[in-house]
Amino acid sequence: MVKNVFGRIYIGLIMLFLYAPIVVLIVLSFNNSKSRAKWGGFTLKWYSELFDNSIVMDALWTTLTLAILSAVIATVLGLLGAIGIDAMKKRNYQIMLGATNIPMLNADIVTGIALMLFMVRFLPLGFSTMLIAHITFNIPYVIFSILPKLQQIDVSVYEAARDLGANSVKAFWKVIIPIIKPGITSGFLLAVTMSLDDFIITYFTRGAGVNTLSTVIYGEIRRGIKPEMYSLSTILFLMVLIVLVMSNRASKKQVK
Amino acid sequence: MSDNLLELRGISKAFDGKTILQELDLNIKSNEFVTLLGPSGCGKTTTLRIVGGFEKPDTGSVIFNGEDITALAPEKRHINTVFQKYALFPHMNVEENIAFGLKIKKKSKEYIKDKIKYALKLVDLDGFEKRKPNSLSGGQQQRIAIARAIVNEPEILLLDEPLGALDLKLRQDMQSELIRLKNELGITFIYVTHDQEEALTMSDKIVVMHRGLVQQIGTPKDIYDEPCNAFVADFIGDSNLLKGKMLDDRLVEFLGERVICVDEGFGKNEPVDIVIRPEDVEINEVGKGIVNGVVKNILYKGANYEMTVEAGGFDWLIHNTVAYPVGSMVSLYVKPFNIQIMKQMDESEMILDEDMENETYE
Repeated sequence: MVKNVFGRIYIGLIMLFLYAPIVVLIVLSFNNSKSRAKWGGFTLKWYSELFDNSIVMDALWTTLTLAILSAVIATVLGLLGAIGIDAMKKRNYQIMLGATNIPMLNADIVTGIALMLFMVRFLPLGFSTMLIAHITFNIPYVIFSILPKLQQIDVSVYEAARDLGANSVKAFWKVIIPIIKPGITSGFLLAVTMSLDDFIITYFTRGAGVNTLSTVIYGEIRRGIKPEMYSLSTILFLMVLIVLVMSNRASKKQVK
Repeated sequence: MSDNLLELRGISKAFDGKTILQELDLNIKSNEFVTLLGPSGCGKTTTLRIVGGFEKPDTGSVIFNGEDITALAPEKRHINTVFQKYALFPHMNVEENIAFGLKIKKKSKEYIKDKIKYALKLVDLDGFEKRKPNSLSGGQQQRIAIARAIVNEPEILLLDEPLGALDLKLRQDMQSELIRLKNELGITFIYVTHDQEEALTMSDKIVVMHRGLVQQIGTPKDIYDEPCNAFVADFIGDSNLLKGKMLDDRLVEFLGERVICVDEGFGKNEPVDIVIRPEDVEINEVGKGIVNGVVKNILYKGANYEMTVEAGGFDWLIHNTVAYPVGSMVSLYVKPFNIQIMKQMDESEMILDEDMENETYE
């Protein structure tokens, strides 16, 4: 009984602190008034202004290209990495697991500055450096999505495929890949969300004139908050939400 | 060329410096049901994996139909395997599982359809085409695994402890099922198990292995009645294992008694191992047997009583249909031809107790 009450209070607090601000933001993005305190009626004005703004539209395009491209490349590399780690013996396995974990736990600002200092030596800052940076921080998420699925596979399933006439390549494509597919999909989608909502690392590795949605918002806000930014933030939030829901669905498939 | 379908010649294999197989030689004829039997770690599964192509031997060769296939990949061998944990493809239904090998071999749709139908009928699971493996019981999964292997018409079917995960009743049903299948298909079965009863029931030929060495090869009757050493005697069935000395041809001494037996050809006073099966020990009135003793324990086992009798400083295991109460004085007698005499094994080879205990906990 008491547990139940505390549970409800906890959920209430979470809702309040995590979601209430976002709800406020979304509501304000439809507010026909520049005031943050007064409701001036429903409008889509800020959204249409947003879509007329070429800087924002460029940033949207860059954000999406960056997210998809970095997620695809990170998924391929992460898949190879996961297969390699899975095949490792105990000691190397632990080392690689640690090495994969650190970038995820490391402060973004450290990762961002480090990547920037490193890449600036041989690449002009711009889309390509952002892409490399996003691939880098996406790979661990992909690995940790795929690895558990690989570990669930009984080696004899692969051997059974070989036994039945499939060569190693065919056995991999027809048996291993389909079994770990939910892990690959959720890893890919997780990488998309990570790329979509990253600001700090993007901020340090981007070049002049290249913007993502998050850097545009940051840049605008420094000059004073305009209601358009509420709509832009709402769009960003919804994009991440949609991909995250897809990712959860993909990983649940396997459990069934 | 010999008439052997499969020959293993001088196979050795080590993992991480630990020897698993030592100079293994084994010949298997067409249409035989061969069982590799032994405690865990004896090398039986490794032997099977070498035949299947999943391990390469360090030395030695695998000859199949007169051809050296030691280096041949598993997918190129006319050999199929039924794995210990069935290894069905979880993302495919029963039909797709069975069709897997045939599709890779690019067989026609009609052919595959007929084969699936035939195989499911053979394993008595018709109507299960669209089911997913995880909706099937262990016994059903096992039968699908067998169906999936045999549709490829292998010349040899390898079975790696296929019944290990099933409960007793199901296991017994599957044993007779497998014998029926083998007779119907007319192909060679190589079967791996640590269950001696299973081996005795099903096999034409049993290969008893221990510590990477073949201990004895023979029919179930040979192995049970004439074990070649103390390990085989102890591993196959229950037995009373005694140390003794061969005094002369047909005369052996154990527990301080001189006893007539039927074995010849040992050196004078050569130390020997003596095996006497529990059902071969007869219980007589005191003074009318080889040694006198006292009944220490009795268990009702259904078909008979299992008694422990302490006689001559040794605890005898005895199976008898007549119960003798605990504490009663008896005398034990064994007919000369029921006394099995074997050359002594090295002490170092006698580690079976600990091995066999591990087996039960697996």
